Parts: sequence; structure tokens; C-alpha cells
Amino acid sequence: MKPFRYERADDVSSAVTAVAEEPDAAFLAGGTNLVDLMRLEVATPEVLIDVRRLTSDRIEELPDGALRIGAAVPNSDLAADHRVRRRYPMLSQAILSGASGQLRNLATTGGNLLQRTRCAYFQNVTTPCNKRQPGSGCSALEGYQRDLAILGSSPACVATHPSDMAVALAALDAVVTVRGPGAERRIPVTELHRLPGDAPERDTVLERGELITGVELPPPPHLTASRYRKVRDRASFAFALVSVAAALDVADGTVRDVRIALGGVAHKPWRATAAETALRGAPATRESFRGAAAAELAPARPLPGNAFKVPLARNTIVSVLLELVQERR
Amino acid sequence: MSDVRARPHAIGSPLDRIDGAQKVTGTATYAFEWPVEHAVYLHPLQSTIAAGRITAVDTEAAEAEPGVLAVLTHLNAPSLTRPDDPELAVLQTDEVAWRGQFTGAVVAETLEAARAAAGLVRFAYAPREHDVVLRADRDDLQKPVHAAVFGMEAGELQDGSPADSMLGDVARALDSAQVRLDATYATPMYHNNPMEPHTAVVSWDDGALTVYCSTQGSSFSRTLIAGVLGLPPERVRVISPHVGGGFGSKVFPHSYAVLAAMAARTVRRPVKFALTRQQMFALVGYRPASIQRIRLGADGDGHLTAVSHEVAEQTAKAKGYADQVAVCTRMMYAAPNRRTTHRLAPLDIPVPTIMRAPGEGQGMFALESAMDEMALACGMDPVEFRIRNEPEVHPESGLPFSSRHLVACLREGARRAGWERRDPTPRARRDGRWLLGSGVAASTYPSPRLPGSSASIGVTPDGHHRVLIAAADLGTGAWTALTQIAADALEVPVEQVEVRIGDTALPPASVAGFSSGISSWGSAICAAAMRLREVLESDHGGTVPAQGLEVTADMPANPDEDRYAMHSFGAQFAEVRVDQDTGEVRVARLLGMFDVGRVINPKTVRSQLIGGMTQGMSMALYEHSVLDPRFGHVVNHDFAQYHIAANADVHAVEAHWVHERDPHTNAMGAKGAGEVGIVGTAAAIANAVYHATGIRVRELPITLDKLLF
Repeated sequence: MKPFRYERADDVSSAVTAVAEEPDAAFLAGGTNLVDLMRLEVATPEVLIDVRRLTSDRIEELPDGALRIGAAVPNSDLAADHRVRRRYPMLSQAILSGASGQLRNLATTGGNLLQRTRCAYFQNVTTPCNKRQPGSGCSALEGYQRDLAILGSSPACVATHPSDMAVALAALDAVVTVRGPGAERRIPVTELHRLPGDAPERDTVLERGELITGVELPPPPHLTASRYRKVRDRASFAFALVSVAAALDVADGTVRDVRIALGGVAHKPWRATAAETALRGAPATRESFRGAAAAELAPARPLPGNAFKVPLARNTIVSVLLELVQERR
Repeated sequence: MSDVRARPHAIGSPLDRIDGAQKVTGTATYAFEWPVEHAVYLHPLQSTIAAGRITAVDTEAAEAEPGVLAVLTHLNAPSLTRPDDPELAVLQTDEVAWRGQFTGAVVAETLEAARAAAGLVRFAYAPREHDVVLRADRDDLQKPVHAAVFGMEAGELQDGSPADSMLGDVARALDSAQVRLDATYATPMYHNNPMEPHTAVVSWDDGALTVYCSTQGSSFSRTLIAGVLGLPPERVRVISPHVGGGFGSKVFPHSYAVLAAMAARTVRRPVKFALTRQQMFALVGYRPASIQRIRLGADGDGHLTAVSHEVAEQTAKAKGYADQVAVCTRMMYAAPNRRTTHRLAPLDIPVPTIMRAPGEGQGMFALESAMDEMALACGMDPVEFRIRNEPEVHPESGLPFSSRHLVACLREGARRAGWERRDPTPRARRDGRWLLGSGVAASTYPSPRLPGSSASIGVTPDGHHRVLIAAADLGTGAWTALTQIAADALEVPVEQVEVRIGDTALPPASVAGFSSGISSWGSAICAAAMRLREVLESDHGGTVPAQGLEVTADMPANPDEDRYAMHSFGAQFAEVRVDQDTGEVRVARLLGMFDVGRVINPKTVRSQLIGGMTQGMSMALYEHSVLDPRFGHVVNHDFAQYHIAANADVHAVEAHWVHERDPHTNAMGAKGAGEVGIVGTAAAIANAVYHATGIRVRELPITLDKLLF
């Protein structure tokens, strides 16, 4: 761990300026991921700008029924909020399936979105990694592949995004609000994270100095049945091999609307638009669910060590959708 | 042999842990917490190649950092007087024998300064092609030569057993068997992972060394540390009253204690050194991976006619180590024709060590899985199949068992588990999306005494007894159980007994390992108590003199040791649920019925047994160390990636025991309970997974991808 400076900014704009102007500065919120990475010398900032007190830690209701979640809202508070639990149960379930109680108390909404991949080679400075050190090579591609991506990966990087919360937010059409050196901007969660391409060192579309100030959840869709199912190597405190966030509206045996997002399969939370398109207007049956899942997974390019994720994702999508159909009966 | 069984007072009662209040209030002092004045801190340097030579070292930048006192490498490290143990002989050559091996150390005024400066040291290497892959078809597999250093006589395997055994004609018996099984099982590399990291806090005082160390055997650690440093043992004191788990990895002191001692000698200040979790995956041992071929033959009545168990294991080129994986097959079941072999693949990997029921842990997964497969092949119930093959005496040595209540465990366990209602058809029961299954396996572990223990007991006129022995309590309750044994041996209430352990200033003790602690240390304490009572009677007329009285006694030899085979036993029953869509396995219930002789403390023994079963579950479903063949390191080297069973994984776990004393093991009538709980759990779960799904998983861990359709 390298020595570093620690500073507190007075407001968002001075924090943004500080990070934008200093090349080796980083925002610090909950620190649950960043501090680990600093210990491992994966992250080596010269200065940490503490932003935890600068953004809202409240959840506000907007006139149209949307919720505005401050970036500093702890994961535990967001999961426990009664409006979230009632209207967006999959979001609460997703958050509670991640990390541990202690970590969720400390981790923030903004920080959760910006956590970095847990790829074992990214976290080990003695092995090459294009995300950590551009151009050094990808050790994961021919290494331990269990946790790697099956969709949207590139020869440069096959890492997955670790967040559960982000998967639910992607399914719910949430939007992040961002303040940077320029104007404030709004970015759909589905567009916040990038695919690795040939620049895997960039996890998101955020520019240097841009700070997430909040997340807006649009009014809940008329999809009363929703669920987050996380499949992993033990029952708690493990990252997803595959996770599914799904909401379903069925009338007269036909799918009226559906939202599906997948975790553990890509460099970003994976909104399953192909499956959604295939399902709208289709009969709410196992066969059409299987067909939709297959359509989504058709472009999957698994490696030998994670080929199981393709049938696992297919089965989990079908299982969750069938459960949602049964719940509505 | 004295007989303390006649007066059951403290033994058998569920006494609360005497160290419990200290632990839950955070006042128990663990190794790193010992207050040492003017201490400095060590952060180690580790090789980033798996084999080769260091060609250049650049320590300049690190040495220039504020607070840095010394940077040790092989170029400037003090020479060790007796560097004959290749694991302990740190920084003596430019050779690199595995990735992650110590190549140096930074010593600084603060932990942070040491760690930051460590990142500035640069090594250049001339790497050699390395090889870290275990395969059963390697052409360089070797018969182990001398892996036994575990307090036993020199033997080929680490428990002192020979590598091979043969009886009758296995090949011919297999040819003529009516039912045959030939199956290969595999267990991965596992890491011990105690919660408390390995730690040494060392100080030199006038040529004498004090080591606050987290160790399973302070006396054994002293012997090895003194040996490698070339000191007489009496110049080394090892202090270790509280240990936050060891699971085998703290039996040997490993290299970290030597490195810390070296650093302290160099900077002439006390040095504190605790390993990080990641460092523990390269430096303090692990359970080597195994590939096990089992062949069984049976006649038409389900009697085994042939048993063969051939093992290939990983070991380090740097230092041989061989677990006694197939030794369980030598004593579990009757069969006239028998064969076991152990072979090693010497690799460029860290040095393995004993871990959580070493040998039997891996071997009984294979044997008890094979017994399940063979029962089905014979059309028999798995419980009845085991009972049909129960031997009357040790099937290879011919010795009688000191006590063996395996059949009682199987029958009573089956009754409690509701086994008679079980439909043997696989994949025939479900609860919604969950497939349900149940399985059984037997457990066993040796119940030996290790040599080298003595105990002193002092008494004051007010009746206070002080029992001194350098034993270890790893969180198991040994401290409490020894208090109970001493109280009964002295015929006084436990309130009048104070036991002191974990310090080489006390009389020596064998290590806490091999399920031998209570048997060894308890026997020494019983002998000292008997001597105290004799001396009190003969020399003082039964009255404690004003200045008090103290006696010391060595653990007595056990005249029955060579006349009986001494083992603990058990039967474990697992109920599992397997998600039909995802292959996720949940263990709904584990029930163990054990034969561990007389139970000293039912509360702590129950904890040990259910803790062992939980470790067995963890071995079955979650844990495995992933060795990257290109780099030679363990990829998943932290608690986020090396999965140990967490609370949410553990549902109903029950441990019961038959109330039988062993007449031959020791004065208490006790047998080992530390490891038998781990043994067989993985097979019981694998057998239950087969019953639930129809899928036989022969390679641990049983991860969901192996059960996906």
C-alpha cells in the first residue's frame, strides 16, 4: 500500500475540480472496494477526496411517483426502505443478496455502481491484466475462468461486473445523475457501464472527475411480480455466477410486458433486450421462456471453464419467469 | 494404569469453557497482541516466479523510505547454523522453489511503512520451466521416502505408516468377483485457513529468543526454531496460550517465525509479523490434491473379496510430504485380498502440511463413495452393506480394536435419521423445484498418543492445584477438558484446579494434532496427579506442607499400544436438496453418530464434532484452491474467492455419540474427537447428491456445474 493524502471537499463542485485536476486522485465514499484495492496496490491514488458527506443520503419521492436516491445512501438503507421493498422488491432482494451486513452498512449507492471487477488476475499485481495495466495482456482468458463473462467480452478482457444492485437497476430503467467539470448529465444505468472492447481499463462512460450524485428510479412499471435470483457457489457472501432480475406482467396467458437483466455474465449489468422482445405478446409458457432465453444467449461466447453459465443462465431465466407466472395466479 | 473412571465428577459434565469469558470480551491475548516495547514491523517479500534463480535485487528505493530499518534478502540475511530444513531455511540461497516463497523482508517502524516499502523492492530472475500439475499418469510419480516428522518414528507417510500394503492376491480376486467396481475419485488442494493468521512476535534478550507465536505445539515449535537457528532449545521460549484456529497449519512453525527471528536479530529490536490472508496461501501449508483409484470386488452375498486403493498426491519438490490417504482402507472393512499404495508427484509448489483430518479426510471421501456405489451394485442398502463387511479385528495387522462401535453408530444413526423410510431409487423425490436425497458414510480417525508430554502439579495448603503443561487450545476446549481431567485425577472440584498451557516455560507437551491431545496430555496429567497423591501420602502424611508441594511426571507408556488398534469411529447421514434448474446443493440436515470413547466434556466435544462436520460439508461443496499452471500460484487466495461454508450454508447439524468407554487408550477411557467429525461427511453428501439427482460426482468439490442439465 502506497502512502496517500486524504482530503475532504466542502461541496460537490470542489470535489469534482480536485479530482479532475489531479491525475492520481480518486473519490472515496464507503471505501469497501477501493481501500482493499489500495492495500493490494491495484489502486494507487496519490490523494483521496472523501465525498461521502457531499451527496444526499436520503431517498426522496418525486411528484410522478419516481424515487430519487442520493449517491451516499448506504446499501442497507436502500434495501430496507419501505417504498423500495413494496414497489421495487427486486432491488431490495438484489442488494440484500450482495456482500455482508457490515459491508452493506458502509457501501454507498454510487460506490456500489462503481465497484470494480473481482477478476482474480485484476486483483493480483503479479499477474498481467489489461484492465489494471493496459497492454499487459489478459491472464484470465486462459486462466481460471469460472467467474468470467460469456456475453460482450473481448480478447482484451473477459471480466464481469460484480454488482447485484446494478442488475436490478438496469432492469428497472434507473438513471444516474452525474456532476462533472461540465454540465450535469443523466445516464441510464444500462449505458453507464461499458463493454471492454479494446479499452478494458474503462469500466464506465464517466469522464475524469465526474461524480455520481444520485440514482432516479422511474415510477414502478405495472409489473407487480418481480424477483432477483442469484445463483452462486455458496448461499451467501459470494459473487453471482449468474443472476437474474425479472419483472413480468401477464394477462390471459400472454406476456404483456417483461423486464429481464442478467448479472455475472458480462462486463456490465446485462439487460436482456432480445429476450424481452421475444416475449412481449408471446404465451407465458415454459417453451416461450426457453426460446427467449436461448435468443438472448445465442451470441454467448463462453470459455471452457465457464461454458456451464450458458445453460445455467437459460435455466435460471426460465425458472424465475415460471415462478413469477405462478405467483400471479 | 490409574483409573479415574471410578469417580465421575467433572469428567462428563458440560463445563463452560474456562477461557470463554476472556474470548467473548476480547481480553484473551492472541500472538500479535502481546505488548512488546519498541516493536518494529515486518512485511515479507515473495517470489513472483515458480522456479528459478534470483539474479539481481534492487532494495535502494525501499531502504530510502522513511521509517525503514532493514531490507533483508538472501544477499544480506544472516546465515542459519543448521539450514537442513528446506522450508525453514529462509533467505539462504538465490534459488526459488515455488511462487510466493519468501525472498526477503522489509522491517520498518510501522506496519504501513514496511508494506509500502515492500512494494518498492525489485527482483530480477532467471526462471526455470516449472511444473505444478498433478496427474495420475505422470511418469515421475515416486514412492514417498521419509515424510514422517510428526512426532512419530520415521516412516514413509506423514503418520509413520508405510507407503504400500498388500495382502492376498487382489488381481485374481477382482477377476473372480461377482460384483466389481473400478472408480477414480479426486480431491483438490485445500487451504487450512484458520481465522487468526500465522503470527510471530519475537524479541532477543541476551542471546535468548522469545517468540509469541500462534502455534498448535509450543514445544515442537521451540525444537524446530532452535534447531534452524542453531540455539540450544533452552535459549528459546515459545508462548502461545490462545490460538485462533489452526486446522493443522500451525503444527509446524513454518518459515515465518524464522524470518521474524532473523529480522529481529538484524535490527536489534523486537519484531511483529502477522501474515496476510493472501500470503497464507503460499507459506503455511495446505492439504495436497489427490487422485484415488479404488477397486472393489464382492461375492454374491455382498461380502467384499478384494479392496484396492491407489493414491497419487501432490508434494513440493522443496520438501516431501505425504498424507496417509489410503491408510483408512487398511482398517475399515474386511476382505481377504487387499492392496494400498501411495505415490507422489513432486512439483514446483509450496510445501504441503497436515490439514483437518489429514489422510482420512481425503481417503474416506473416496472409500465411502465407493462403498455406496458398491452397495448399489450389490443391490444392498448402504448401511447393511457396511455392516456386512465389518471386520472382527484389524484386517491387515490382525490386532483387535481397543473399541470399535461402528455398527452401533450405523444402526443408531440410521434410526435417528429415519433411514428405514428411505426409498433407494435415485432422483425420485422432490419438493417443488428441489430434488431430495439422503446418503450415509462411515467416519474414522486414529486415536493415538504422541510422545513427549510431561505435566507438573503443584498444591498449596489451601487446596489450590496448579497444573502446568505446554499443551495448546486451538479454540477446541482442550483447556477446559484438561481442567476436568485434572480435577477427577486429583479428586478435587474443578474450582480448585488451575491449568496453565501454551508456554515452553512449562513442562513440554506434544502437539495439538492427530486427535492425540487429550489422550496424550490427559495421560501425563493423570500420572502427575497420581504421583502427587502418592508423595503427599507417603512423605507428608496426607497434609500439604506449608511451602506447598509440586511433582512432575512424564506421560506413561501405554502397555496396550502395540496390542490393540486404536481408532475413533462414526456414521454420518446427510439430507440434501438440489435445485433442478441450477444444480445448487443445500445440506438440509447432517446427523453424526460417533464412537469417541468416553466424552470428557459433552459441550465442547459436541462443538468439535459439529464443527468438524461443517468443515466436512465445506470440503464437499465449496472449498478448493485453484492452482494456475502458468504462474504456479493459488488464484483464489482470499476469503472472497476461497469459499468456506458460511452461516447461511449450515442448517441442521446434529452430533450424538454412543456412551462407551475405551478400555485401552488411556486412563480416561477417551478417544480422539478432534478430527473424526470431518471424516466421511463429504462422502455422505456426495452419496446423498447421487440419491437426489442420479449423478455421481467423484471429484470434489461438488459444484453446481457438475449437476446442471
